[in-house]
Formats: sequence, C-alpha cells, structure tokens
Amino acid sequence: MKNRIALAVIPLTAVALAACSSSGGTTAQPGGGSSSPAKIKQIVVATHDSWAAPKGLITQFEQESGYTVKIVQNGDTGELTNKLVLTKGSPIADAVYGIDNTFATRAVDEGVLSQYHVTGFGTKYDLPGGAARYLTPIDWGDVCVNVDDAWFTAHHLAAPASLDDLIKPAYKNLFVTPGAATSSPGFAFLLATIAKYGTNGWQDYWNKLVSNGVKITAGWDDAFDVDYTAGGGNGDRPIVLSYNSDPVYSIPKGGTKPTTHALLDTCFQQTEYAGVLAGAKNVPGAKAFIDFLTGKGFQESLPENMYVFPADPDAALPAEWAKWAPTPNDPLTVAPDEITKNRQDWLTQWSDITS
Amino acid sequence: MIRSLRDRATLTRSDRAPARSRSDWLNRVIWRRRLGWCVLAAIPLAVVAVFFVLPLGGMLHRGLWPGGRLDLAGLGEVLGRRRIRRVLWFTVWSSTLATVITVLIGVPVAYVLHRLRFPGRGLLRLIVAVPFVLPTVVVGVAFRTLLVRSGPLGFLNLDGTSTAIVVVLVFFNIAVVVRTVGAAWEGLDRRPAEAAAGLGASRPRVFTAITLPALRPAIVSAAVVVFLFCATAFGVVLTLGGLRYATIETEIYLQTTQFLDLRAAAALSLLQLLLVILLLAITSRARPTPTEPEYGETGRPRVRDLPVMMITAATVVFLATPVITLVVRSLRRDGTWTAAAYRALGGEAWTALRNSLSTAVFATVASVALALIASAVVSRPARSRAGRRVLRALDAVFTLPLGVSAVTIGFGFLITLDHPPLDLRTSSVLVIVAQALVALPLVLRVLTPPLRAVPQSLRDAAATLGAGPLRTFATVEMPLVRRPVLAGTGFAFAVSLGEFGATSFLARPDRQTLPVLIYRYSARPGADNFQSALAASVILAAVTVVVMLGVERLGVRGVGSWA
Repeated sequence: MKNRIALAVIPLTAVALAACSSSGGTTAQPGGGSSSPAKIKQIVVATHDSWAAPKGLITQFEQESGYTVKIVQNGDTGELTNKLVLTKGSPIADAVYGIDNTFATRAVDEGVLSQYHVTGFGTKYDLPGGAARYLTPIDWGDVCVNVDDAWFTAHHLAAPASLDDLIKPAYKNLFVTPGAATSSPGFAFLLATIAKYGTNGWQDYWNKLVSNGVKITAGWDDAFDVDYTAGGGNGDRPIVLSYNSDPVYSIPKGGTKPTTHALLDTCFQQTEYAGVLAGAKNVPGAKAFIDFLTGKGFQESLPENMYVFPADPDAALPAEWAKWAPTPNDPLTVAPDEITKNRQDWLTQWSDITS
Repeated sequence: MIRSLRDRATLTRSDRAPARSRSDWLNRVIWRRRLGWCVLAAIPLAVVAVFFVLPLGGMLHRGLWPGGRLDLAGLGEVLGRRRIRRVLWFTVWSSTLATVITVLIGVPVAYVLHRLRFPGRGLLRLIVAVPFVLPTVVVGVAFRTLLVRSGPLGFLNLDGTSTAIVVVLVFFNIAVVVRTVGAAWEGLDRRPAEAAAGLGASRPRVFTAITLPALRPAIVSAAVVVFLFCATAFGVVLTLGGLRYATIETEIYLQTTQFLDLRAAAALSLLQLLLVILLLAITSRARPTPTEPEYGETGRPRVRDLPVMMITAATVVFLATPVITLVVRSLRRDGTWTAAAYRALGGEAWTALRNSLSTAVFATVASVALALIASAVVSRPARSRAGRRVLRALDAVFTLPLGVSAVTIGFGFLITLDHPPLDLRTSSVLVIVAQALVALPLVLRVLTPPLRAVPQSLRDAAATLGAGPLRTFATVEMPLVRRPVLAGTGFAFAVSLGEFGATSFLARPDRQTLPVLIYRYSARPGADNFQSALAASVILAAVTVVVMLGVERLGVRGVGSWA
C-alpha cells in the first residue's frame, strides 16, 4: 500500500517539478521548429571548455544580427564530439565550434552535422574528401615538443632537435608529455609519432621513450605547470610537449626574446572546425554564427583568447606571435579517417606500453 | 492542545459504539500518518527518480540493450577483461585503505576540535575544512609541486605512485569525518561516560563501552561518504597517478568521453552500483544506541588528552602544508611578494564569485530542504521488519548518487531529459539540480544518525501532549539536530561552490564561476596565468570556508530561538 501510494505520487511530483523548473529555464522556445514561421531569436552553440572570446565582439554580433547567443561548454574536444554523437536526432545546440581534425570524421560519419561550409574560407585547412562540406576550419595550432633553452645553456648541454633525440641517453628523464588517452595535445603527439615512425614502428619508439624516462601526466596543465622547468612551478624537466606559440609567453619581463623554442620537426597540426548540427532548431542563426567566426574581428581575437592561429591567412597576428611563433612548413599528419578508424586501437596499445 | 486531544478522545468514547469505533479511529490516524510520510518521502524520491534514476537508466539502456535487445554476452565480455578486474581491485583497495586511514585520523581530531575548548580552536577547524573545498585540479597540482623530484618532498619519491593517490584522498576527506563525527560528538551527553568513569572504568574502557557505540552511526555514516568519494574520485587519481592507475571512475570517463563505448561504460556503471549497494547493505546495520541527547559540554584539555592533541597537531600540519604552499605561490613572483596574480583576475573574479554564490545558495537550499524531508522519513522508528527494510532501502536510494559516476549521470541527462517540459539539458537549472543531488546524500548522512538517536520516548511524550508528527519534528527533533543541520548546510555550500561531481560533465551554459575561472587560467600558457589560477583557488577556498563557518556561527547565536 505504502509503495503504491509512493509510486502514484512520484510522477505527479515529477510533473509539477518539471513545470516549475522549465519555466525558470532559459532554453524554453515556445513554438520552435518548423511549425513556426517566426524567426527564432536564440542561437545555441556547443563548444569545448577552452572557449574564450571578447564579450564586446559577441555583443556586437548580437546587435547586428538580432540574435542572442548562448554558449554551452562540453569538456574537451573528444567529450564535445561524443556528446553530439550521443544526442544525434535531438541536438543540444544549433551550431558547434571546436571539433578538431582528430574527431572530425567521426562527427561527419555519425551524421551529427548538416552541410554548411563558408565558401572560399580557410581552404588550406579543409578536411579531405566529402567531409569538407560539413565543417568550416576556424583556427589551427601546432602541437610541438618545446625546450627550455635557458636550462640547457645553464647545464652546458645541447638541446634536442628531433623526435629521435628524445630517446638518446643524454636526455634521460628530461621529457614530460600529457598522456594521449586523457589530453588532446597528448593524443596529437602520439599521432606525430605515428606519422613519423609508421603504424608499425611507433610502438617501438614509445617503448624507448618509456625506458628513457619520459614522464606522462594526465593533462597539459600539470605537465606544463608542474614538471616543465619554464612553466609556473619550478619543475625539473626542460623538454615539454606543448604548442608552437608557447615561446611567446616565455619572454622574460624586460627581456626581448623568448627563453624557449619549439622543435618544428616534431609538430602535429590541430585544426578546429565549426558546423551546423543536423536537426538544429535555428539553422539560419547557426549559419550566421559560423559566418561570424570566420569574420576578421573574431579571427584576429583568436591568438590572444584561445592561443591558436586564425584560419584566415589575411587576419593580422599580434606582433610577438608573428615574430616568435614560427610554424613548421611541413607538419606531421595522419589522415582524419585513419584516426577515426584506429583511435581506440592505438590508444589501447599506447596505454599498454606506458602503464 | 492537550484539551483538544482529550476532547476528541471523550467524544469518540461517548458518542460512538465503544470498542470498534475506537480501533477505527486509531486505524484512521495511523493510516493518515503513514500517508503523510509517504507524501513527504515522495518529494525527494521524485527528484532522485527524475535526476538520477532516469539518466542512469538511460545510459544503462543504451549500453546494454543495443538495438532493443538485452546484450548480456557483451556485458560478460566486458567484465571478463583482465583490465577491468585490475581496475575493480585497485578501486576497492585504494578506497578502503584511504577510508580506514581517514577515519583513524578523523575521529581523534573530531574529539579535539569539537569536545575540547582551547584558544585557536576556531582557526584549526577552519584549516581542517579547507582541503575539502579545494578544486581537485589545483590540489592535484599543488600536491605534485611538493612531491615532484625537485620539490620540497621530492626525496620521498612519491610522485606518480599509488601511495600518493591514497595520501591525497585522505587529505580531501578528513573534513568529512571531523565534521560529521564532531557534530554528533558535540551533542553527546557526557553523563553516561562520567558515570562509568566514576564507577572506576578506565578511559579506554569508557571510550569503547560508552562513547564509541554512541558515535558508531556517525562514524559509519562518515565512512560511507568517504568511501564513495574515494571510489568516484576522478581528477586526483589521474593527476597523482600519472595515468598508471585506473579506477572504475577514470575508466568510465575514458570509455564514455573518449571512445563512446557505452557497453563498457554501462558494465562499469553497473559494477559501481553493485559496489555501492553492497557497501550500504553492510553498513546499514549499524543502529544507534538511543541516548538522552543533551548539549554536550566542552572541557579544557588535560594532560591525558596529550596524545590526541598531538595527532591533531600532526594532521593540521599535513592539511595546512599544501594549502600554505598554494597561498605562498599565489603571492610570490620572481623572488618578491606581490598581489599581481590577484590583480590580474580583476573584475572577472567578482563576476565569477557572484555567479558561484548565487548558484550555491539555490543548490544549498534545495539540498538541505530535501535532506531534511528525507532524513525525517528515514529516521522514523519502524516497528515491523518490513518497515525497517523500506526505510533502509530509502536511505540507500538517497545515497546512491554519491557512488555512481558523474560522467554517466552527466551524459545520461543529455539522452533522457530532452523532451519538453523537461528539456533542461543546457539550462543552468540543471547545474543547480545536479549540485543539490550530490549534496543531498552528504547532508542526509550528517543528519540521520543524530535523528535516529532521538529516543522514541521523547516523540511519544510529544504525541501524548497532542503534537502531530510535523510539530514533533519541528519542536522536539530539530532543536536536537541543530548542529548537524548546520554542518550539513556548510557541506552543501562547499559542494556547490566547488562544483563537484556531475556538474563537470553537464553541457554547461557559459557562465563564469570560480571553478571555471580556475580551469581557464590553468589551461593558459605562461607562469603568470598559472599563478592567477592559484590566486582564484585561494579566493574560492577562502570564500567557501568563511561561508561554512559563518553558517555555523549563525546557528550558535540562534540557540535561543530554536530550542
């Protein structure tokens, strides 16, 4: 009896609760979807946790377009992509920004996106094949091995120059990298080694890295902030896996040039894309927002807000970036569909080697 | 009151047929009360059903019923993997060890900080509370800076070991034991212990025969929470273990967020669920010894208290070291003291603080209200065995959210709460609900043991005087559990401000809160940005501790109005 009453009350309370909470929510869009001819005011954009943009830019876009923008953050690029795959058919947003080239074909293959590409924009960074119709490149960055020149000078040691150097005894216990399974730059580095040593050779390289004392951390932040000698924490490893723009931030106060540099032969290029979600409520709004992402204003805000390079080759870079963040002419690459096909296999092998 | 009850009794006796109608009336009263309790229980149950059972069920369904057919073979395959067995074993032993150590340290510290009176006690309580509210990202990093080869504790060679993981789990959770047990201890009547001592019992004997049985429910309760926190710890395990150690929780994270292998994730979530249920089944047998509750008095420390005082001192040093490191590093740049890192945060810190506080207030109110209702129900003395079972099951249901992966619940929200009027997936309301859900079991676990210890005779006395169950609860039981309520409120606040658990895996609306700010700064290159992340953590910890202690103070002044 007791149970039966409780059972009867649960749905009632649930409905009441739902009614209360949804009226307080911000997502309610009465009459949304195709049934209503009225223009939907809100654009919901799903992105990753690294999203950062000047408030003024967004406000300006809102005023000019008549839309309001709601940004929804979803962990890292992997978590973001997988959440979109999971909610396919009932998308949590209208547009997505932040799917990178390591997850792009997964999103396209799963049918998460509908076709939209800003014509003629950032074509150099387009995905190969048909996937390009679904995603517009917005920015890119090179994940490279960085070395602390100040430390090497002080220790009278020549800094390493290549991936091969990292397994030499001279550099034992000096290298720290975020793990491939828990960090997207970490995974990019694994891809760099796969590009360099081949799908059957990288395992051997990683075995040698491990015996040469590579330190693997969970995230980029503790590799950089704790272990790296040129990070914030007085660490003890002068070689770190990070970005090619990092030297810009190692210019000492009052100094004129960085005390670290990136090894350009070790870089894997990460490109981030934006797209319209299949089944989006506000398709015109989503397109307008992607157009905004490719506009000069947003493109030029990228380096100082998200520490990446604009996909627009004509966008002006901050002076220090132009000077101290050289980019590799020929970065290491792995085809996006290869990555999608082998991700789990590679990561399982990698985990076995490193733990 | 008394009159009306007597009147009613007289009425029934004189106006109706004697025996049968009296039992009718009694039956009606009993059923009305039962119905009342059921309606009450339904409120928190409904919240747990919609925001926990539904998303969890959704994820399990996706993982185990692919294409609409139950895939038990797949389940067996996943559970049979060697790696999964290793992960399960590591989760169980590291959490058990951390829980045992936490309780062994926490109980003496609770005695010193809640039963003895000495100058500086407030400050020590504050220091003990800090670790619990620190964001895991920062604690992981702070600990690693100490343990790394070049760090001050580098000679211990603990960086990247399982010992480091256990040490940090203890660090985080001591506050849970100290506050839960401390709140119960403060309300403990000291007369039985004094009587025993007067009759010649030695101090250890008094402790094991009188005090410990009275505290056992609170200790067990705290231990359960600590174990669940340890078993579902995520960030610190990854950070401190350097990816060498995996727990069920970190494995669910990988399988879900990186591979979207929902079958493996569902199998692991089931394993987690089983572990929690087993734990609750084992611990739910700890019944309180009813005591006459009184406001226990605090005494001055004596020579015999020296050993526990020393344990407390050592604990405080252990807890304070990483915290002090954190504060110092947020203030030191290029060999000089400066508040530059704080200035760099500027207006952002204020906005973040305001956002954090406003969310926290809602989440705290919600969780404390739900916990009060739930604890009022589960602490009912059940007369029948079936009744006891129902209550025990209820208690377990409210505790489950602590023990199940935040990733599973966070992703589960996305696939189940997608129909209007419940399309809350990207709403900030969901953040509040998720926080309240994590805080609920914590508050409940602080409240229930003392409520159960309220002797039935007191309730009966109130009932005889004509008070209904609600009035009895408000005037008899509430004043007796005032301290636990406040301790619980503090916890709820801390949980919400620190954005524990499920919130990290929600689709969060872009709202600058302190944890978000900390994350942002720690993910930017350059030493200055990292220092600002540390500064923001110090602000978060300071605000949380001040609020927690403020809430307690408020209660102490309010004694007159409550009792």
